Amino acid sequence: MNMIVDRESLSDNVVKLVVEAPLIAKKQNPGQFVIVRTDEKGERIPLTIADADKERGTITLIIQKVGTSSHKIANLAPGAAFLDVSGPLGRPTHVDKLGTVLACGGGVGIAPLYPIARAFKNAGNKLIAVLGARNRDLLILEKEMAAFADETIIMTDDGSYGKKGVITVGIEEVLVREPVQLAVAIGPAVMMKFVALLTKKYNVPTIASLNTIMVDGTGMCGACRVSVGGKTRFVCVDGPEFDAHEIDYDEMIKRLNTYRAEEKESYDSYLGTLP
Amino acid sequence: MAVDSQEMNADRSQDWREELRGKMNAKERSGLPRVTMPELPATERITGFREVNSGLPEEMAVREAKRCLDCATPSCVSGCPVNINIPGFIKRIEKGDFLGAAQKLKETNALPAVCGRVCPQEVQCEALCVYQKMKKPPVAIGYLERFASDCERQAGAASATPLVNNSGMQVAAIGSGPASLTFAGQMAKFGCRVTVFEALHELAGVLSYGIPEFRLPKNIVRSEIAYLEAIGVRFERNVVVGKTLTIDDMKTLGYQGFFIGSGAGLPKFMRIPGENSIGIYSSNEYLTRVNLMKAYQFPAYDTPIVRGKCVAVVGGGNTAMDSVRTAVRLGAEKAMIVYRRSEQEMPARIEEVHHAKEEGVEFLTLTNPVEYLADNEGRVRQMKVQKMGLGAADDSGRRRPVAIVGSEYLIDVDTVVVGVGTDPNPLIPQSIQGLEVTKWGTIVVNEETMQTAVPEIFAGGDIVRGGATVILAMGDGKKAAESMHAFLLEKAARG
Repeated sequence: MNMIVDRESLSDNVVKLVVEAPLIAKKQNPGQFVIVRTDEKGERIPLTIADADKERGTITLIIQKVGTSSHKIANLAPGAAFLDVSGPLGRPTHVDKLGTVLACGGGVGIAPLYPIARAFKNAGNKLIAVLGARNRDLLILEKEMAAFADETIIMTDDGSYGKKGVITVGIEEVLVREPVQLAVAIGPAVMMKFVALLTKKYNVPTIASLNTIMVDGTGMCGACRVSVGGKTRFVCVDGPEFDAHEIDYDEMIKRLNTYRAEEKESYDSYLGTLP
Repeated sequence: MAVDSQEMNADRSQDWREELRGKMNAKERSGLPRVTMPELPATERITGFREVNSGLPEEMAVREAKRCLDCATPSCVSGCPVNINIPGFIKRIEKGDFLGAAQKLKETNALPAVCGRVCPQEVQCEALCVYQKMKKPPVAIGYLERFASDCERQAGAASATPLVNNSGMQVAAIGSGPASLTFAGQMAKFGCRVTVFEALHELAGVLSYGIPEFRLPKNIVRSEIAYLEAIGVRFERNVVVGKTLTIDDMKTLGYQGFFIGSGAGLPKFMRIPGENSIGIYSSNEYLTRVNLMKAYQFPAYDTPIVRGKCVAVVGGGNTAMDSVRTAVRLGAEKAMIVYRRSEQEMPARIEEVHHAKEEGVEFLTLTNPVEYLADNEGRVRQMKVQKMGLGAADDSGRRRPVAIVGSEYLIDVDTVVVGVGTDPNPLIPQSIQGLEVTKWGTIVVNEETMQTAVPEIFAGGDIVRGGATVILAMGDGKKAAESMHAFLLEKAARG
């Protein structure tokens, strides 16, 4: 159970894992996530489901190494297994035929964006993808996205691939050009903040999918709480998607830094244990 | 629930019981002083998570058992939500048959080692002990319950024979807390196949994530679960019912009856400014990080926790006491309870309040937070509180706290734990069509049978009560098992 059946490096620090999880594969919908734990001492880590294969009974997870837990996860080899996988958690994306949908993904946020974008395309929407990364090596899932997207715009911070500039430059290019009925933004909190500011200016309804700190992932602890429209909401059970124009990003960014010191301490001690 | 008085009478009329009663008269028995629970000294226990109460040594337990008058109609039993044959197990302790006492407990209670530690006996069995009428301290029923079950565990004698699944019935319990565990144990005894589905990676619900090691060691919880496994109960972890599996999926798998014991999951916050600052936890999160995820052993364990030097815990219940005493053990130099009513109205057990005080916890009663102030990083630095007065009694019978205008002042804090209660987790009620749910999100049941508006679904514990105790949840689980069994038998008879 929970066995890794396939592993692929997507970039220096981003890894794709295909995990045996038949019940979850059967039940999941775009936008939902799982909580995983690698070992007895491991954290409970929320990861958005990037893809699923009902017949094969597998789900795909994409992980960026940033600290102890993500490093442990990314290092799982085929044949190894998670100690625990639970889900699918959170509410699925509400997918409708709206017209033109703009899928905006930054960094490893492109992974959770992928199944959502595909679902909107399959629902009959025109799908424009704007994908941002720091540089060419860090860009993931470009081919997979381009396979169904009506248009794919690539933005890199250093100009090593696609156009040079932040993601909002590519988004605005579309917004001035044609009417967009919905934007979906997934990526670093600060990216989602600026995408939301931009789409607000153009009055384009926008949803953002949040990846906050969680423990249980079932509504029990409140670690994941965010302010949306002035109200406290739980990302795990009320989200992970919210109206991007109503989210208090500054509060969320602060809360994401809760354990910055502890994370460093843990990561340093973990790296010290590696051969 | 009717007490099985026939069984109790038969047990009481056995020769050995009569002989034992004749050995001492009531005056001699009632002349014995009540035992005091041996405990670790406060200075020692706050350095770690070792259990505070050490348990009665054999000699003390037998002496305490002698105090029990073995009443013909024992009123204590009606104070127990699972109707333990209390004199029956206590007299076995007096006789020296400790394993027999443990077996007697297990006839009606699947979790005696847990109940002996966390039940509020002072408002249940012990409150109805005949000694109360004599103005004497009641028999220490809880201590004795713990003693007998600890003896059994330490002897490695948790005698469990797998029960035969002979009823052809297959049922599911959703959640693995005290209500579900009791339900499961009881259904197994009825000869049903029972599977318990748990959303988390660890079993036992609040007994694992909520109640700290120093009050309920986790090895004890594990051994109670092992007993249930040994009698044939099956457990599935990491299954979020309503998400991973729905009730309909489970019907397809052959389950005929369902018990929802999913607990009161959703923590309440006070909706005051600054409450989402860093360092402000719900008690659920604080305790889960420590108990379930072992954050007190960080970085050996990966889950971190803010180790505050100046910790305020808001609330006056057992969860608040567990949180504040945890903060002390995590190295807080100043640990405070901030409670809006007076100490008299605190819902926490007196023992917990007493232990907290011994451990240096300060009590700021008639005080209520109104705002949190954070630094530039968003970390909480101060809490603004308001003094409260007490007005007329409210629905709970306790005097209502009334804010004193202009009484606000600031307290320095670096960690706050909000322990003002929980709401029922909506995940499961939302996923089942036809359930009747109150405006508070609790599931409506027939109180006699614990049956919901969907005939094959029963419910109990906090998902029905909104927030109660381990033993009340267990009482619900037992009642639900009895009525579900009757329901399934009747259904089978109808064809």
